[in-house]
Amino acid sequence: MTAMSMVQALNSAMDVMLGRDPKVLIFGEDVGFYGGVFRVTEGLQKKHGERRVFDAPIAEGAMLGAAVGMGAYGLRPIVEIQFADYIYPATDQLVSEAARIRYRSAGEFCAPITVRAPCGGGIFGGQTHSQSVEAIFTHVCGLKTVMPSNPYDAKGLLISAIEDDDPVVFFEPKRLYNGPFDGHPDRPARPWSGHPQAEVPDGYYTVPLGQAAVVRPGSAVTVLAYGTMVHVALAAVEEAGADAEVIDLRSLLPLDLETIVASVKKTGRCVIAHEATRTCGYGAELSALVQEECFYHLEAPIERVTGFDTPYPHALEWAYFPGPQRVAAGIRRVLEA
Amino acid sequence: MNDIPAKSEKLRLHIPPHRPQPGGHADFSYIHESAAGKVKRPEVDVPSVKTHPLATRLVRVLDDDGKAVGDWDPRLDPETLRQGLRAMMLTRAYDSRMYRAQRTGKTSFYMTSTGEEAVSVAQAMALRPDDMLFATYRQQGLLIARGYPILDLMCQVYSNAHDPLKGRQLPVLYSSREYSYYTLSGNLGTQLPQAVGWAMASAYSGDTRIAAGWIGEGATAEADFHHALTFAAVYRAPVVLNVVNNQWAISSHQEVAGGDEATFAARAIGFGLACLRVDGNDFLAVYAATKWAADRARANHGATLIEHFTYRAGSHSTSDDPTRYRPKDDPQNWPLGDPVERLTNHLIKLGEWSEERHAAQEKELTQLVRDTDREARSYGTLDEGPHFPIESLFEDVYKEMPWHLRRQLKALEGGQ
Repeated sequence: MTAMSMVQALNSAMDVMLGRDPKVLIFGEDVGFYGGVFRVTEGLQKKHGERRVFDAPIAEGAMLGAAVGMGAYGLRPIVEIQFADYIYPATDQLVSEAARIRYRSAGEFCAPITVRAPCGGGIFGGQTHSQSVEAIFTHVCGLKTVMPSNPYDAKGLLISAIEDDDPVVFFEPKRLYNGPFDGHPDRPARPWSGHPQAEVPDGYYTVPLGQAAVVRPGSAVTVLAYGTMVHVALAAVEEAGADAEVIDLRSLLPLDLETIVASVKKTGRCVIAHEATRTCGYGAELSALVQEECFYHLEAPIERVTGFDTPYPHALEWAYFPGPQRVAAGIRRVLEA
Repeated sequence: MNDIPAKSEKLRLHIPPHRPQPGGHADFSYIHESAAGKVKRPEVDVPSVKTHPLATRLVRVLDDDGKAVGDWDPRLDPETLRQGLRAMMLTRAYDSRMYRAQRTGKTSFYMTSTGEEAVSVAQAMALRPDDMLFATYRQQGLLIARGYPILDLMCQVYSNAHDPLKGRQLPVLYSSREYSYYTLSGNLGTQLPQAVGWAMASAYSGDTRIAAGWIGEGATAEADFHHALTFAAVYRAPVVLNVVNNQWAISSHQEVAGGDEATFAARAIGFGLACLRVDGNDFLAVYAATKWAADRARANHGATLIEHFTYRAGSHSTSDDPTRYRPKDDPQNWPLGDPVERLTNHLIKLGEWSEERHAAQEKELTQLVRDTDREARSYGTLDEGPHFPIESLFEDVYKEMPWHLRRQLKALEGGQ
């Protein structure tokens, strides 16, 4: 066990898998010599060689296209998209190709690709370095979509993603790279060290895709969150003084519906929090599922606390960000309904 | 005082004209072919820049008399030539049968490769059987030349109970891992960077197999084409990249894709890739160019972009009518002839073939295709079934069926 930041845990996951499986290779913009703009691949080229970890031209569509071909050959490429906001040029290769290869070839070919992409805001990245685009990919059959909230899960989920025989889009909340963030930008930034989920085994382990984690038990209301919003939700629950159960979804597709349903049937109330824009966000799907599964147990309308349906702003970042105050207000509304 | 004038003429937007007129006559005056045998064959290890002058020439081996001339002549033995002829004739017979099957409502859609058979058949023969192919929808000749069963092709087109792809794909979007033929996409161009990625993986693994990818001249405008060329150049991928310039992208003539400004082979120059431009209706030239590019790739000298200059003699698919956008007499007047006729004449000139043998082979292949079609239809057709069972709808979306798909399958079976 070592105390690791999320950056170090992700780096460790790739280090472990490069060591275990010669079919694993990594490429992306600035990931080789430099080690990535967020340092997630730091030292990996030096340790494993240029053949295994290398820089790619600035062409996300080309990276994914090449990765699909490599997957057809039998390799397990890990592609880093420098920011989730830059994933759009790769969507045709991801959505029309990687996601459909197994189906359209009746199982003859597959695309065992892991696409890593830093997502979310909170770093004054403006509209092209802050987006949460997960719902675009959860909508696509054939893809799996994952977003960890802490170093332990990040490493275990990334190893599961790399070993998965289907394409996985792995979103890394960049505001959590170097410390947990509860949505209070005015308070001093905390590092991961000392956080229980920052104790990470040095070697191989997995966190299976499709399993949520109850990060705070409670009985009055269920809060569904993922990524940065898990920490925001926990802060909001404290500030609202609510007996809330907070669930970290970890993997959006496949989704651990059982854990969600068991919780909402117990609490009878549900708040969904995500950073992404509201309309057709993943919260809409969660809300529909909770309604379908738990209608007769619900004692209040389901509440969504989300980013607004605007581009991610620069100066007004904290007005956009669904911070603890807004989540707490949502919890109170649901409790008082 | 500066030299920027205050006034200048109005700007004009250039829209490429649609020159071939449906009511008019064929006009191929824009084509300036090199005479057969005139283009010199460089060694396969030359720096790519030495191939760049070839971007505006046309590698041709068969002359107007059916003789093989010049140093691009691959000197194939007569038996190999007869094999090539047979595969091209079988492709044509198969196309003709399936085109009619669509016309009689037995399936939804079909695409013939008439006039372009040399591009696929000669290329399959110039590559090793385990080189990986990333084709478009008009290279059925690749599979046929590799000996893929016609019956399986037909079952795919009928989407019937024996369809290797379980009725999931539009007709002609074949896939065969066994025959090293990657699953076809209906999205144009996506296969080209995939071919490069596969080639990179083969090189990464110290393998000896190379990849080959195809794209139409129309789809070279897609980013995927430029992605493929960038990656092929940067990583020196062992891949043969083919632009099949059949002059037509549905109703858009090749100038809409930028063919008037530069040849498609010339696209390679800016990327520093080797390039060849070849008479796509000349079986020997296509074979020789492909072999050159494959040898170069196999020797770790990197990728080659080959433009195959050919002509789409039929419609784009069963969904369009070429007489609405080009002269009726266009196909007959294509100045570079027909690939089957040209190879036939060559073999006859060599004394290795005859009109009688040709007629007999044509009859035999027509019969073969007819009999195979009868068997294929006995396993079902799109209009009448049988098709794959309902659960196949939910299989292969993921390796393991997740709960939400199991639930949807159950709901469908329960009539919900």
